[in-house]
Amino acid sequence: MAQATQERRTDYGPPHYQKFLPPIIKENYGKWKYHEVLKPGVMVHVSETGAQLYTVRSASGRLLSINKIRMYCDLADKYCDGFLRFTSRHNVEFLLTKKENIEPLIKDLKALGHPVGGIRNSISSIVHTQGWIHCHSAATDASGIVKSVMDELITYFENMKLPGKLRIALACCLNMCGAVHCSDIAILGIHRRPPRVDHANLKKVCEIPNVSASCPTAAIRPATVDGHPSVEVLEERCMYCANCYTVCPAMPLNDPLNDGVSIWVGGKVSNARHEPMFSKLAIPFLPNNPPRWPEVTGAVKNLVELWAKNAHKYERMGEWIERIGWPRFFKMAGIEFQKEHIDDFKHAGLTFKRSTHITF
Amino acid sequence: MANTLPKTPKLDELEKGGWPSFVKEIKMAAENSPMAADLLGQLEQSYTEKIGHWKHGGIVGVMGYGGGVIGRYSDLAAKFPNISHFHTMRINQPAGWFYNTKALRDICNIWEKHGSGLTNMHGSTGDIILLGTKTSELEPVFAELMKIDFDIGGSGSDVRTPSCCCGMARCEWACYDTMAACYDFTMTYQDELHRPAFPYKFKFKFSGCPNDCVASIARSDMSIIGTWRDDIQIDKNAVTEYATSGMDIKSEVVDYCPGKCIEWDGKELNIDNSYCRHCMHCINAMPKALRPGKDRGATILLGSKAPIIEGALLSSVLIPFYKMEPPYQELKDLIERIWDVWCEEGKNRERVGEFIQRVGLGNFLDAIELEPVAEMVAHPRENPYVFYEEYFEEGDGEGEEEEKEENE
Repeated sequence: MAQATQERRTDYGPPHYQKFLPPIIKENYGKWKYHEVLKPGVMVHVSETGAQLYTVRSASGRLLSINKIRMYCDLADKYCDGFLRFTSRHNVEFLLTKKENIEPLIKDLKALGHPVGGIRNSISSIVHTQGWIHCHSAATDASGIVKSVMDELITYFENMKLPGKLRIALACCLNMCGAVHCSDIAILGIHRRPPRVDHANLKKVCEIPNVSASCPTAAIRPATVDGHPSVEVLEERCMYCANCYTVCPAMPLNDPLNDGVSIWVGGKVSNARHEPMFSKLAIPFLPNNPPRWPEVTGAVKNLVELWAKNAHKYERMGEWIERIGWPRFFKMAGIEFQKEHIDDFKHAGLTFKRSTHITF
Repeated sequence: MANTLPKTPKLDELEKGGWPSFVKEIKMAAENSPMAADLLGQLEQSYTEKIGHWKHGGIVGVMGYGGGVIGRYSDLAAKFPNISHFHTMRINQPAGWFYNTKALRDICNIWEKHGSGLTNMHGSTGDIILLGTKTSELEPVFAELMKIDFDIGGSGSDVRTPSCCCGMARCEWACYDTMAACYDFTMTYQDELHRPAFPYKFKFKFSGCPNDCVASIARSDMSIIGTWRDDIQIDKNAVTEYATSGMDIKSEVVDYCPGKCIEWDGKELNIDNSYCRHCMHCINAMPKALRPGKDRGATILLGSKAPIIEGALLSSVLIPFYKMEPPYQELKDLIERIWDVWCEEGKNRERVGEFIQRVGLGNFLDAIELEPVAEMVAHPRENPYVFYEEYFEEGDGEGEEEEKEENE
């Protein structure tokens, strides 16, 4: 313990990235001229100096054992001098200078169970969160749905046959720890029943003013219940966002009978062509059916293939829907438009159709 | 020392199929770690009961830091004692997520010794996640990470671990050095990162161009997105090559331009750059022929967040064009003025974006001493409820006009 305090450092930050850059990157830093995608999952960046850096991108789950990381290290040592990186969407990339190492690396990756792909007009992977593996507020499991959906759609990862990029993301609850609010297709875990309040214990574990303040629709107010200082929930104002649970352990919402998943479409983050957009509600509820969530998998597959068949080159899902109009989208997708689709929060009025631009 | 794995018929289903299997990952870790074995058992129960079995939070950490460790306790501790504590440690990743195998192996060795053997590469904010260990192991893990120069990341109401795209390390479109900026800001704000003192979280994300590969505009309070302000560079021969190779330049490039500023007569491509929105589409479509201009910098935007509480927001323009040159002092001065105002006046758990919605962008700009510019709005207001700031009173004669200001 004495040793710990003597040698203890704090506030030193991450290691400097220079330590982890292969020589070809150090020598060509800021000098890259163009890139080409040679085949699914393989691209080359060409520098002004003529240097060529090959990237092989392989599918990688967010959850990795140290065993798998060590296997990646073995491959990186074998084929690219020990240099690799991870992408912003969980995949792994090997940074090669020797073109002849590409095929053997791909073969070894496939033998490990890791397909190669995810670049350009493909599905890159599904950004997701902890789910039942680690989170107290998850309304669904993340990894299970991701595995099920990607198993079903894997051809769109391994090939480049989509009109444009497709970003799918999953959040196991409205906290949206992966910020799925701007995805082409978003899968969102939801609750459908108000919190069950533990009135006897609430005052011991929660600050009542914070609980009231946490509710977006002012559905919670202080109240004495069974003699206990506690809160009451005006159920007709509750839309089950579970923010109260985030600040107060005595108000859980997790409920196997009513929890499930909703599907959102049409968001995008990039500025290319159309400005960034939020995702919009497509399917209000699908049940949790572990281990493979067939309803969710089927719905996502239908949406992907509908877009793939009808969108123009480069058109992201939201751009395609804007062109054809939302009523046409609902018809083509076979989704019934219902009351839940209509916004009723603060700026709802801005979303109503205030023109006669209607297709028949 | 192999552990007998619990029976997991539902999870076993997810070992089949072409996508990498997280169940296989947990089972691999479980060969050496009783924690991972218990996780498997609890997860199978969750799959059967359709509910999670984690208790709500818990304050744990390492001495001297107020964040970076997420407390987690199983609510089935009697049945799965090895995950009665199963905390998560966030480790600040190297910029751009570049690694060499030595560093990764060092991290694996530490985690094998002290934790479950499970990780997330990476969490959504960007940190390396070491997933699952006991309270008593937190300090030993930190001590070993210290030796290999990896520090803990952020959590709670602090500066969260900044992240960036690969920028100049690999991308020809990087309009500023995202990795240098990310590292610089991470080091500048170490104290704010490790010791939560804000109303709520604050995130920085650095993207090198408007493609925004780290989703900065959607996921960070302050979005720093590379851009240029002079002419797109055109290689005429390369344009011709694309045309002769069969690219339909009109429908794939010209028709998509949001500024309608590209002309293509079948032979020559011309861009009226004064209307260019810097959206990146034409460059994305013709990377050998078109490149961003040479006068490069970044657009600085502020305020994005996920839905809770007041609704989701995308960041909005704060500085249309900023030259991203170290030490970025002007930008840091502005950030500190933003934090001063937000920390002083922000409510508990009120993100900067929500704070701006509540007090009004105009008032916010006054408070941080930034002049309003038209680039900050998609369009001016449509409602006429204007807070005019000054009015005259009776008796203000000619030559001695006295304007009364509204009392605040």
